[in-house]
Amino acid sequence: MGRYFKIFSTFARACLVRDMTFRANFLLECLTSLGWMSMNLAFYLLIFSFTPEIGRNSGWSREPFFAFVATGLIINSIVQTLFMPSASELTEMVRTGGLDSVLVRPLDAQFLLSMHRFDFSSMANGIVGVALLVWSVSRFSVAPPLIACFLYPVLIVCGVAILYGLIIMLAAATILMGRNQSLYDFWFYITNFSRYPAEIYAGPWGGPLRMVCTFVIPILLVVNVPAGTIARPLSGNAWGMISLTCVVAIISVGVSRIVFQAALARYRSASS
Amino acid sequence: MRTYAESARLQPSYGWLSGLKSWWRMLVICLEERLAYRTDFALGTVMRFLPIVTQVFLWTAVFNASDRTDIAGYSRDNIVAYYLLAMLTRAFSSMPGLAGGVSRSIRDGSVKKYLIQPVDYVGFLLASRIAHKLVYYIVAMIPFVSVLFFCRSYFPPAPDGLTIAAYVLSLVLSFLLGFFLEATLGMIGFWFLEVSSIIFAYMLFQYLLSGHMFPIDMLADIPTGMAGISLADVVRFLPFEYTAYFPAAVWLGKITGWELVTGLVIEFTWLIVMIGVCRFVWWRGTKRYSGFGG
Repeated sequence: MGRYFKIFSTFARACLVRDMTFRANFLLECLTSLGWMSMNLAFYLLIFSFTPEIGRNSGWSREPFFAFVATGLIINSIVQTLFMPSASELTEMVRTGGLDSVLVRPLDAQFLLSMHRFDFSSMANGIVGVALLVWSVSRFSVAPPLIACFLYPVLIVCGVAILYGLIIMLAAATILMGRNQSLYDFWFYITNFSRYPAEIYAGPWGGPLRMVCTFVIPILLVVNVPAGTIARPLSGNAWGMISLTCVVAIISVGVSRIVFQAALARYRSASS
Repeated sequence: MRTYAESARLQPSYGWLSGLKSWWRMLVICLEERLAYRTDFALGTVMRFLPIVTQVFLWTAVFNASDRTDIAGYSRDNIVAYYLLAMLTRAFSSMPGLAGGVSRSIRDGSVKKYLIQPVDYVGFLLASRIAHKLVYYIVAMIPFVSVLFFCRSYFPPAPDGLTIAAYVLSLVLSFLLGFFLEATLGMIGFWFLEVSSIIFAYMLFQYLLSGHMFPIDMLADIPTGMAGISLADVVRFLPFEYTAYFPAAVWLGKITGWELVTGLVIEFTWLIVMIGVCRFVWWRGTKRYSGFGG
């Protein structure tokens, strides 16, 4: 374990050095990342100029909703920093046969493939997310209970674990398909469902969709449960969702590991 | 003995036919390339519909909570129809991978083969993109028709023939405008090694100002500091809205009469400007470009 942590630190240091070598580009990446986030915040402000809340009696008025957005920013920032850059490289590695050199190394292939490259500029959004969270929570009419403050970081980790599981399964699909340039698109589109409170998925189509995105592809648990814990009262139903999120996070990482190993077993090298 | 130039002058018709053959060959190559990874391509096409689902639910929730019957002149049904039409327009105007591909070919030197071969690079890119779009439309036809049929109740009655003609024209222009905008962007690679951030910044503006995110009419009440000029008025003179908002608004009857004619003229003018800029940037870029080795 210590060895892996050391290698992880070495990768992180190397990527930081690389980012700092091209400082202007790094700064520009931070700025564009913040620009994307600001644009979304402007969109939400525009929406709140038309309505007092999102979904009738849903409880997602302006400040709680911005706490929701902040939670999404923090979780996505962690995932974008740590896992996505490596996962997006996998597509080309499978197609060109570069994956071979990873498989012959005396290290766990999943570790190497999912954590060898980091994107530190994505942390900018996370930092703003924390600031937005503090701003939103300070404006709540009722401060969140202490237990919610303790549970919140745990649930953030669970959200990251669920997304990590999803990335690994997409990576497995890449190995099986030979090429999957849609990997990043699929990631963007599927996480799009988690960008808004689950309450918006209502009605004859929304209800079943909400069920699928909660229990089949548990993307709605990722942001909704931590954000709901900090922004809304902890009722009986909330405790059920918190427990479910913790269990799903463990299952997600476990199942993705099995699927990834199975995909590697079926890998056929593209190189000679 | 004849010079090469004299020989070329003596065979004008053959040159024209040869050019057409080159274009056809480029189109076939690109079609084959696209179809090589069919599953990936089909998956990517179908997935494009997912974001619109969240937008429909989001705006439904907004309308439910606000008790309003319309927002910026759009009913809830109008909004759903707008997003579907904007998505249809983006299927024409979006150029995934074009700017990145051009800048990469400059960075890794593969662009030099187009400098020594009798092939026009911009023409090759355009043929490649047409092939990409053709395959895309073939694959996307079924999901697009299904979704539009399924959501037909959200749409107002079909517009008259002239409006449909204007809509089709605006779609074709949006394709060409999108192509020349992104090709020009990629050619910035002649001056900067790493342009991914610039491309991303462009995409941000494009997403916001094209009307892909929400109808531009929602910006009509946002002041700019200039008397009587709203943010929507400013956006109207930029090229971005013609790659999503404009065709959708034309179909929905939000833009009619002289406003429609003016819009088409502005779109066409932007296209001519961007063709000129693209050619100029290519000319200047290749002047300063140097490639070494094989």
